[in-house]
Amino acid sequence: MIRLLMRDLKLAVRAGGGFGLGLAFFLIVTVLVPFGVGPGGALLARIAPGILWVGALLACLLSLDRIFQLDFEDGSLDLLATAPIPMEGVVAIKALAHWLTTGLPLTLAAPLFGIFLNLPGQGYLWIVVSLGLGTPALSMIGTFGAALSVGLKRGGLLLSLLVLPLYVPTLIFGTETARRGAEGLASSTPALMLAGITLGTLALLPFAAAAAIRINLR
Amino acid sequence: MELIVENLSCARGGLPVLEGVSFRLKPGCALILRGPNGSGKTTLLRTIARLQPALKGKVTEAEDAIAYGAHADGLKATLSVAENLQFWAGIYGKGSLEVAVATFELGNLMDRPAQNLSAGQKRRLGLARLLVTGRPIWALDEPTVSLDGASVALFANAVRAHLGQGGSALIATHIDLGLDAEVLDLTPFRASSQAVSGAFDEAFL
Repeated sequence: MIRLLMRDLKLAVRAGGGFGLGLAFFLIVTVLVPFGVGPGGALLARIAPGILWVGALLACLLSLDRIFQLDFEDGSLDLLATAPIPMEGVVAIKALAHWLTTGLPLTLAAPLFGIFLNLPGQGYLWIVVSLGLGTPALSMIGTFGAALSVGLKRGGLLLSLLVLPLYVPTLIFGTETARRGAEGLASSTPALMLAGITLGTLALLPFAAAAAIRINLR
Repeated sequence: MELIVENLSCARGGLPVLEGVSFRLKPGCALILRGPNGSGKTTLLRTIARLQPALKGKVTEAEDAIAYGAHADGLKATLSVAENLQFWAGIYGKGSLEVAVATFELGNLMDRPAQNLSAGQKRRLGLARLLVTGRPIWALDEPTVSLDGASVALFANAVRAHLGQGGSALIATHIDLGLDAEVLDLTPFRASSQAVSGAFDEAFL
């Protein structure tokens, strides 16, 4: 399974792998928003946690359809399905690889991009904490959506429609954690809810996604 | 390590294509599947490889015994030949990389990215994967597509060596590999009933 993780990471950083695409998109969103809403520092500081979260969420969405589609097209998915590793393990590793190449860089880049949005000083820690807790759920839910739509031609739009509603709870508790943190309020309750959502998806969705793939391979 | 197929019926896209297929494949033996396009060779192989469920009947084999080789080779274009093979060798955890490379004469291609290989070279790399799986039963779907005469001979030698070590092979092909093997023509097993029962995957998404 380590081999599969190493292969996916290697593929992501090679030419055409899509690593950096999400990060570049995140940068563009956070740079464009101040132009759009005007240079008012107070307004930007208020909406900064929300913008960072929405930007990270959309950046995460960009690379979801690559998780299984490329393996499906070149036949690797059939071969992985007959290999001596369980499909649940394959799904979990794929989600982990997606998080390492998308969620983790976004989390680490968020404080830097927070500067563009005039994020209040005490918000930097909380934006990293909330994204760190929430992005694994985004990757796992996205992997489940990718498993449902694998094999469909041009499944990307359907994938976004499937996945976005499932992202809403993560977004609500993620922005709430970051917003309360930035305003200096107690933010442990939404942070715990966010962690709960993440742990729940990590526990359940590998099984659901593996079942969806088995059906789609028939 | 015997593969036993009893009264197997299988469907593709919810439509039954084969009915009542039965055969036994003993260690050291090869079985060639023949039949015109659309006669169900791929469907039969996918059912035996457990990628899709059978409509009726059953397939019995030792656990984790089958190495499936499909039309697509499962190669990653941006990985080199060596990286592609090492990945599958690592996943299966047995079988020798050196033997696979020597058998299919990939030695001087090892550092080449798979996207720069010719179609025949890709196929040879895809077939070399079978040797690193270390599995006894090969289920191959048209393995000689885009191979030249010399490469077909390499492949036939690889199959002979595999049979000699007590392995077995189930090969769907249209050409004569020069193997000493039984031939099973799938035409008589064509499904007569067109009724679909429980076409669940049609309604899925």
